[in-house]
Amino acid sequence: MTVTESAPAREVGSARKRKEDQRLITGRTRWTDNIVLPGMLHIVMVRSPFAHATLTRVDTAAAKASSGVMAVLTGEDVKDIQGSLPNAWPITPDQKAPAHPAIAVDHVAFAGEIVAAVIARSAAEARDAAELVDVDYDELPPVLDLKEAVKDATLAHPSLGTNKSAFWQFDSAAAGTGGAVDEAIEAARADGIVLEREYRQQRLIPAFMEPRSVAVDPTGEQLTIWSATQVPHFVRIFTAAVLGIPESKVRVIAPDVGGGFGGKLQFTPEEVITVLAARHTGKPCKWTETRSESLVSAHHGRDQWQRLTLAATKEGRVTALKVDLLADMGAYLGLVTSGVPILGAFMYNAIYKFPAYQFNCTNLFTNKTWTDAYRGAGRPEATFAIERLMDELAAEVGVDPLAIRELNWIRHEEFPFTSVCGLEYDSGNYEAATSRAKELFGYDALRAEQAQRRASGDRVQLGIGVSTFTEMCGLAPSRVLGSLSYAAGGWEHASVRMLPTGKVEVVTGTSPHGQGHETAWSQIVADRLGVPFEDVEVLHGDTQVAVKGLDTYGSRSLVVGAEAVIKAADKVIEKAKPVAAHLLEASVDDIEFADGQFTVKGTDKGKAMAEVVWEAFTAHNLPDGMEPSLDADATYDPVNFSFPHGTHLCAMEVDTETGATRMRSYVSVDDVGTVVNPLIVEGQMHGGIVQGVAQALWEEAVYDDAGTLVSGSFVDYTLPTAADTINLVTDRTVSPSTTNTLGTKGVGEAGAIASTPAVVNAIVDALRPMGIDDIQMPCTPERVWKAIRSAGGTQGAATAGSSAPHFDAGESEKGEVL
Amino acid sequence: MIPAAFDYVAPTTLAEALSALAEAGEDAKVLAGGQSLLPILRMRLNAPETVIDLGRVAELRGVRDDGDAIVIGAMTAYADVIADPLVQQHAALLVAALTEVADPQIRHRGTVGGALAHADPAGDVGAPVLALDAELVIAGPGGERTVAAGEFFRDLFETAIGEGELLTAVRIPKHTGWGARYEKFVRVSHQWSIVAVAATVRVEGGTIAEAKIGLTNMGATPLRARSVEQALVGAAATEEAVGAACAAAADGTNPPSDLNGDADYRRHLATVLTRRAVLAAAGG
Repeated sequence: MTVTESAPAREVGSARKRKEDQRLITGRTRWTDNIVLPGMLHIVMVRSPFAHATLTRVDTAAAKASSGVMAVLTGEDVKDIQGSLPNAWPITPDQKAPAHPAIAVDHVAFAGEIVAAVIARSAAEARDAAELVDVDYDELPPVLDLKEAVKDATLAHPSLGTNKSAFWQFDSAAAGTGGAVDEAIEAARADGIVLEREYRQQRLIPAFMEPRSVAVDPTGEQLTIWSATQVPHFVRIFTAAVLGIPESKVRVIAPDVGGGFGGKLQFTPEEVITVLAARHTGKPCKWTETRSESLVSAHHGRDQWQRLTLAATKEGRVTALKVDLLADMGAYLGLVTSGVPILGAFMYNAIYKFPAYQFNCTNLFTNKTWTDAYRGAGRPEATFAIERLMDELAAEVGVDPLAIRELNWIRHEEFPFTSVCGLEYDSGNYEAATSRAKELFGYDALRAEQAQRRASGDRVQLGIGVSTFTEMCGLAPSRVLGSLSYAAGGWEHASVRMLPTGKVEVVTGTSPHGQGHETAWSQIVADRLGVPFEDVEVLHGDTQVAVKGLDTYGSRSLVVGAEAVIKAADKVIEKAKPVAAHLLEASVDDIEFADGQFTVKGTDKGKAMAEVVWEAFTAHNLPDGMEPSLDADATYDPVNFSFPHGTHLCAMEVDTETGATRMRSYVSVDDVGTVVNPLIVEGQMHGGIVQGVAQALWEEAVYDDAGTLVSGSFVDYTLPTAADTINLVTDRTVSPSTTNTLGTKGVGEAGAIASTPAVVNAIVDALRPMGIDDIQMPCTPERVWKAIRSAGGTQGAATAGSSAPHFDAGESEKGEVL
Repeated sequence: MIPAAFDYVAPTTLAEALSALAEAGEDAKVLAGGQSLLPILRMRLNAPETVIDLGRVAELRGVRDDGDAIVIGAMTAYADVIADPLVQQHAALLVAALTEVADPQIRHRGTVGGALAHADPAGDVGAPVLALDAELVIAGPGGERTVAAGEFFRDLFETAIGEGELLTAVRIPKHTGWGARYEKFVRVSHQWSIVAVAATVRVEGGTIAEAKIGLTNMGATPLRARSVEQALVGAAATEEAVGAACAAAADGTNPPSDLNGDADYRRHLATVLTRRAVLAAAGG
C-alpha cells in the first residue's frame, strides 16, 4: 500500500476529556466497598477512646456470643503473627521508633488506635457486636503539644524513654554546597537585616472522598487483597514482609480509587487486620471505614513548628537562612512519616540564590494520630516559610514583595542552576511567569486600590499576597533516595502490548486514583505509535497485570511513569522495524517510522503499524530467527527531580470589623513544562490551589486536652466546597524540562504548595499598617479580629479545644466504635 | 454508620402518627427530614426503639393562607418554603433565613418542623420564627394547642413539645411589606451559624417604625433582642442611628465558646451583624 498523506493531529497538548470520567462520575464502576465475594464476612474495628493508656483487659465473650459473629480478634490473639507496621524511611541510623502493632496489645498511644476487630456475617451484626467488646484501660498522661514533647517530661511511649525519634541536619558548609550559616547571620546582625520568625504548620487531614476499604479473599492459591490505596505494589511487598507470606502468594488490586492526596500512601493496620481475619476465618473479609473513623485514624499531615532565621543585606539580598523544625510524627511512624520533613529540607531556599543554608529537624512523638504524606509532603511547609519570610523581608526593606524576590531569584539565563542544597534545577523562567501573573492580576491597579482603601480608612482593607514557588517532585532518582536512607527506589515500569487487531494495551506501574492517567498515557502512546487515542487501553493497579511498579505519589506519575511508557513504546517501534523491512524488502537502516507508518527512505513504499503487528501475530513471514512479538517493557529511573515553578498572586479583602476574609482575586501562572492535557493540568491546579487555600483559611485537626480529636467530623473539620471558592485564573508559561523526553514537569502537588503562603501573605499585607506581621493558620475570622483588636500583637490565639454539639447525644456516651 | 436496630412506623395521617407515638412510648423518635436524626442514629448517639416517619403524612405539608397569618405545615421542606409565594410575600425573613441553610441537598430534605423540634441553637429556623412572633401548633392525644414562639424554646435541644405530642404547623402573622435580612456568619458555606441575626423592619418615611430581631447561636435557645427593637423604633435608617441602637444587641446573652470563636467574639459579631441586618432590612 502507499502511505497516507495526512498526518494525524497531535494528541499531546490536546484538552481531551478524560476517558475514565464516565464511569468515575456516574459511580458505575468498581470501588473496593462495592466488591461482594461469596460468603464474605464484615469487619468492624473497636478503637481506643483514650489518647494514652495501658490496656489491662479486652473481654470479647459477649461480642463472640452475639448474633452472626464469627470471630473477635484482639492484640493478644494476634501478637505473634501481626508483625509491626513498617517505616520505610529511617532518616538516621539511630532513629527511634516504637513497635507498631496493627491491634494494640498492652498499650494504646492515640485515640483511635485499634484494640479489637469484630468479624461477623453482616456489617450490621459486626457493628452491634463491637459495642459488646468490653475494654479496661488505665489512663496514662498524654503528650499532645510539640513544645511539651521536646522536653521529654511526659512520654508518648514510656518504654522508648524519649519522645525524640530523630534529629536530622543539612548544613551547606558541611555539604560543601554553600557557606557557614552562623557566620552569615552574625555578619548581618552587625551590618544588615536579621529576621527571626516562628510559624505554625497546623495539623491537617487529607480527607479523600472515598473512605478507605479493604477486601481480602483467602481462598485460592494466591491471597487477593483489594484496597482503596495509592500504592498496591507497596501493599504487596509489605504484606509479604510484615506477615511472612511469600510475595508470590499475594496479589493486590487497587480498583478505582477515589482520591488520596497522600492519605492512601500507606500500609495500614486495617489492611493487616483484614488479611489476618480472612486467614483466621478462611473466608473473604471486608472492612470499610466510616468517615468518623477515617478522620481519627487515617494518617494526618503537616503539624510542625518552624523557627526561622533569615539574614540579609540592608538592600534585601539574602545571605543566609537557618531553619529549626519540630515535626510531629504523632504516635507512630508510618510508611514515610519520618521523611516528610526531609522532603522539605531542600526547598527552603526555593527559587533563590542563598549563599548559606542550614536545616535542622527534630522528629517527635506525641499521643495523636500518626502523620505521614499529605499533598506536597514537606514542600508546602518549606514554601510557606520562605514565601512568608520574603514578604517580611520586603516589608523590612520597604520595597515591593516582587522586587525583593527579583533581587534574590535565579535568573532564567542562569539555568541549569545548582542550588545551595546541591540540587540541579534544570530549567525555569521566574521572570516570565511573574510578568504574566502581574498582567493577568492587574497588579498595579490592585495596589492603587489598596492605597486608596488605606487612605480612606475603609472598613474593608485589601491585601495582596505573593508566592513565587518551586518544588522538587517526580520522586525520584533511586540513587538520591538511597543516599537519604529511603528503603526503596524511585524508578517506574511500563509495558506496551500490541494486540493482533491493532489495539494497544499499555500497562503502567503507576496507580491513578483520580489523576487521569488513562487519558494522558493514551494521548502519549497515540502520538508515539501513530494509533488512534481510542485504540489505547491503559491498565494499572493490579499486581497480576501491572507486575512491577512503584505507584503514585510525589507528582511522579507523568515525569517518571509516562517516561517508562515512552521508552516501552519506542522499543516496540524498534522491534517492528525489522519486520517492516522484511515485508518491504528493504534494509532495516532504510526504514523510517512516523505517524504510524513504516516507510522506506526515499520511496513511497510503506506499511502501517497495524499491518506489521498482524504479521508479527501470525508469524507466517518474519525475518529468520525473530521472536514473534513486538511487545516491550521498560523500567525507567529518573536522572533528576522535576522542578515545576510558578507565580501565584492573591488578593484578599479583610473585613476589619468582623475579621472575615474574602478572596477577591487569584491568579496563578505555573510552569509545568510541556503539557500533555491542558484540561487535566487545569484540574490539578484548581484542586491543588483550593486545598492550599484551605490550609490558610479553613482546615485544622484540633485535639482537646485529653487528646480527643475535636474536629472529628465534617461539621468541625471545615472542608471547603465549590461554594467557598472563586473563579481562579490559571495560566502557564512553558520551560520544557531537559531531563525527560516530552519536557514535562510534575503538577499534582504544585497548587497546594504554592497557594497557602499567597493567601496568608495577602491577609497580613492588608493588616500590616496596623503593625500586624502574622496570623496563625488557619486564619479564622476570630484570629484576624483578635489580631486587629490587639493590633501589634501577632499570631493570635490557639484554636479552642472544643466544639458545639449539634446532636443531642441522648442516653449513649461517646462510643468506641466510630 | 449503621444504626442500632429499631422498629419503623410510617403513618399516613396525623391521627395515625399520634397513636403510633402513644403506642411506642418514650423510646420513640420522630423522623421528619432526617438531616439531624439520621446522623444521630448512624453514629449511635441515640438508639430509639421506634422511629416514626412522618414523611407520608401529607396533611403536614404545604403552606396556606389563614387570614392575618400564614400557616406552614411542619413537614414542609425548606426549599418548598423558600419557593412559596405566600411566604415570600408575608414572611420574607423566613425566606431569607432558610435560603442560608446548609446546601441545596439539605434544603430539599430538611423540614421547618423538624428543625424547630430539634431546637439546635445554631440552626437557622428558630431565630426568624421567634422574630416573626410565630405560634407553634402542637397536636397531642388531648387535641391541639398553640404555643407562642417565645414559650416554645426551653433550652438546648429542649422545646415545649411534650410526651406524645407532635409539632404540626407554624403559624406566622403576616408581615406584609416588611423588609428582611438574615445575616449569617460562617467560615465555610455549609456550616452551622457561628452567629446569625434575623431582622425584619417596617420603615415609614425613612425611619424605622417597627423592628423585630432574632439571634441565632447566642445562647442555648434562639433569642429576641427586645431592647434593640425598642431602641430602633423611630430611628433613622442610617448607619449611625441604627449602629447606636444595635450596640446592645448582645446584652444579656450567654453565647458558647468553641472552635469557631469564643463568647466575646460572638458578642461582638452579634452587634455588628445586627446593625448590618437591620440596615439591609431597612433598605439601607
